[in-house]
Order: sequence, then structure tokens, then C-alpha cells
Amino acid sequence: MTVDLLFSWLSSLTSTIEDSSILLLVAIIIPCVALFLVMAVNAIVMVYVERKVAAFMQDRVGPMGQGVGLHAGKWGLLQTVADALKLLTKEDIIPEKADKFLFILAPFVIFIGAFIAIVAVPFGETVIVADFNIGIFYILAMGSLGVIGIIIAGWSSNNKWSLYGGMRSAAQIVSYEIPAGLSIIVIIMLTGTLSMQGIIEYQSGGMGNWIIFANPFAFIAFLIYFISVIAETNRTPFDIPEAESELVGGFHTEYSGMRWSFFFLSEYANMLVVCAVAAAGFLGGWHSPIPGYFDSNGWGIFWMLSKIVFLIFIMMWFRWTFPRLRVDQLMNVCWKVFLPISLINIFGVGVWTLIFG
Amino acid sequence: MVEFTFWFVVSLTLISAAIVVLSNQLIYSAMALLFTLFGVAGIYIFLWADFMAGVQILVYIGGILVLIIFGIMLTNRISSVRLSQTNMQQGIGGSVAIWLFLLISLVISKTSWFQVEAVEPVETVSGIGTLLLTKYLLPFEAISLLLLGALIGAALLSRKEN
Repeated sequence: MTVDLLFSWLSSLTSTIEDSSILLLVAIIIPCVALFLVMAVNAIVMVYVERKVAAFMQDRVGPMGQGVGLHAGKWGLLQTVADALKLLTKEDIIPEKADKFLFILAPFVIFIGAFIAIVAVPFGETVIVADFNIGIFYILAMGSLGVIGIIIAGWSSNNKWSLYGGMRSAAQIVSYEIPAGLSIIVIIMLTGTLSMQGIIEYQSGGMGNWIIFANPFAFIAFLIYFISVIAETNRTPFDIPEAESELVGGFHTEYSGMRWSFFFLSEYANMLVVCAVAAAGFLGGWHSPIPGYFDSNGWGIFWMLSKIVFLIFIMMWFRWTFPRLRVDQLMNVCWKVFLPISLINIFGVGVWTLIFG
Repeated sequence: MVEFTFWFVVSLTLISAAIVVLSNQLIYSAMALLFTLFGVAGIYIFLWADFMAGVQILVYIGGILVLIIFGIMLTNRISSVRLSQTNMQQGIGGSVAIWLFLLISLVISKTSWFQVEAVEPVETVSGIGTLLLTKYLLPFEAISLLLLGALIGAALLSRKEN
């Protein structure tokens, strides 16, 4: 665990400081700042990748940095950096009839929900800020915090589009949490632990031991989990809370500048978290696909990150391939298709482990 | 450090709980309830009940609080009107509250509490699971049936007649 390692390293370094609580505080703050940087860099890179992927899928070139005046790097590589600077310097507008306190609070609630979930994400054998006993359950629980921020943002804006967006989002996220959670139960049944590192340990020894290939039910569970979390992160084809053609911008219609970028940062951070859970829970986490090759500690970070990035790429692929679902179709898929299948899945995994395990 | 965190969690819980009761706008009460429930989860962690803390956040914040806010948002009048938090019979209400407080304090002081050694458990989840499927199997199944009945009833009530 990184905090403990950092703490013991710090206390060996500075034997002069008597009070260990300051050292503990430092050992907690350093990885948290690092995680914040990971989130920020992730958002900047992913926005660029998203625009490029979208462009290539539609046979365009995407941002090329050929603006008037400023030049945003070769192939538009600095485009998102320029956009971030623009957002930071934009005027901060709060609508007159909005509920000011909740309007300001909402982006922070969403952001905190994404940030405290990422604390339990393992990036390597020793690279995890906090390896909780209830790791995967903790991430599920913290993921449910963001929905409050979305509803509050929708309500406090005092705008009908925002309110519709917030309500749709609440219905959608609360519903899709259930199939996602039931698919996670399949992982827990196979591994017998809730700890993220424990789940990854179970899958050591190459691709054949990954949970996704453990049995056919686990494969279906992975598909259900992945589709459900796309709905939970409000991405197309499930982006009805912010459907541009119907609701202007959904729950963040009234937000601009810095506050709006907080929503964006949290959306990409949420994508990172749910893809990390999918990578750790089904795709072997930081283990190499071939046992014994490139399996050292540094390579662990590489494998974990490449699995996460691959899953995020699939999310983007979905976004530019499928049309948006209607509200009733969305609920039908969740309650009438995913829920029964995931319940059968749990039963199936139980029977499978009884016979073959 | 630990002591500071504990007092922070406790004061967060108590102050936000006071706001839940005293605020004259329902939506602010609901938002303060978010911090209260979070603080209670923190107290569970201080009691080494990490699984309970997770359940607290998942069920109460992710489920029930969302439904409460949802209800406030959908109810046209409630979200804008300012409700008075004082009532007419303050004397009677206050004396009943003090009497109840004394009664509960008396019960707490008289009860011989089950004492355990203050040792951090290695894992709490497996213990809960084992107990639920052995000693408390019957209550567990009874609650499952009750919830299933509630679910079917809710679906039946919200269904369109045709």
C-alpha cells in the first residue's frame, strides 16, 4: 500500500521529526495530489483522443491546430491545453434565479465522488493508494455519490432543460447500478474477496486465468457490466441526461467556464474508474497477458493503463457508432433484459463452480 | 491525527444533522442529510465496520437520498416554499423531548453492554456472510420475502390500468 510505504520511507528519512502525524498527513497528501494530476492529465489526453477518434470515424482530420493567430501544436496536440486555458479564463456566470449555494456546490460533489473512488484503484502491485478490504464495493458505493451532484446541478440551475436532464440522469444511474453491481457479484463469487489486489492476485498466470475467460457466465457478466457503466457515466448511446438535440446540454446547460470543466473532468475521471474496475475485475489488472513476460512492477502499470485506455477507446467507438436510445428503451433494456440475465448469471456461475470448480 | 479526524467526523455529523432539522428549505435539509449520512459512515469506519460503512453510503446516499431529492424536485410546491420549523406547542414538545432524552439516557446507563476487545478485525465481510447464512438465515430470508413483496406491490401500483 502506497501510503504505508511512503510513510515508512518518510519516517526513515527524517528521524528528527518526533510528531509522526505530520508525516502521515504528508504521506496521504502526496499520493492524493498525484491522483489529482492523473485525473487532470487523463481528461486532457482523453478529450484530444475523443476528438481525433470521432474525426477519423467520420473521415475528417479533427483538430489540427491551424487556428488564426495561435498555433496549437502539430496535429493539434495542444488543442485541449488551449481549451483548458480558455475555460479557466472564461467569465464565471451564475444565473440570477439559480440557487447560488447549491449551484456552486454541485460540481464539487460530482468531482469528490469521482476522486474518492479513484483512491482504491490499483495501478500496479504496490501502486495503490489504499487497498481496502472492501475495495470493489467501496468503488461501487462512491460511484453512487456523483448522481446527487448531477440532480442538484439540474435542480439548482432553475432551468427546465437542466431539471429534465437531472431527473433522467437520476433514473438512469440508479437503475443501471443494479445490473453493474450484480455483474460485480460474479467476480466476488469467483475470487472470494472484495479487495482489489486480492481480485487481481486471483487472476495471475496469463490470459487463461482472467475472469472474463473463466466461464461463459463471466463473459456475459463482463458485457453487462461494461454496457451498464457506459450508461452510468452518461455516455452515448445512453446520454439522454445531456441529449443535445432535446435538452440543450442537460444538467450542465447553465454552467460555463471553470465550473463546467469540473463536470467534464469528473466525467472522464468516472470513465477511468469504471474502466479500471473492468480491467482489474475481468481483464487481469496489472498482470501481463503472457505469464512470465513483462510481468515486473513497472510493466504492471503499463498493462493496467493500456487495458484501461483500450476500454475507454471502446467507449468512444460506441459513441460514434450507435444512435441514442429513447428513455423507455433505456429502461426496458435495464429492467427487462439486463436484470434477468444478470440474475441467471449469478445462478449459472454458482452451478459452474459447483461442477467444474 | 486520528483524534482530530474523529472529532471532525463527529462535528460534521452533528452540525449537518442540526441543519437537516432546522433548515426551512427542504432541499437544503436533503443536502445536509448527505453530509450526515457520510459522517455516520465515518463513525462506522471508526468502529472497524468497513462493510457497514460501504452499505451505508451505497444504500442511504446512493439510493434513499436520491429518492428523497427526486421526490422534492418532482413535487411542484415543496421545493420553493419556505417551511416554518417552529410549532405552536413549544412547552409541551420540549418537555416530552427532555423526558424522552432522560429515558434513553437511563436505559443506556442501566444496560449491561456486550463488551469486546478493541482489536481490529482482519476481515469483516466473511463473518457477516457466514452469520447471515447460518445463524440469521431465517430473518434474512424473511426480509428478502418482505422486500420482494414490496417490489411487486410497487410495480403493481404504478402500472397503468388497461
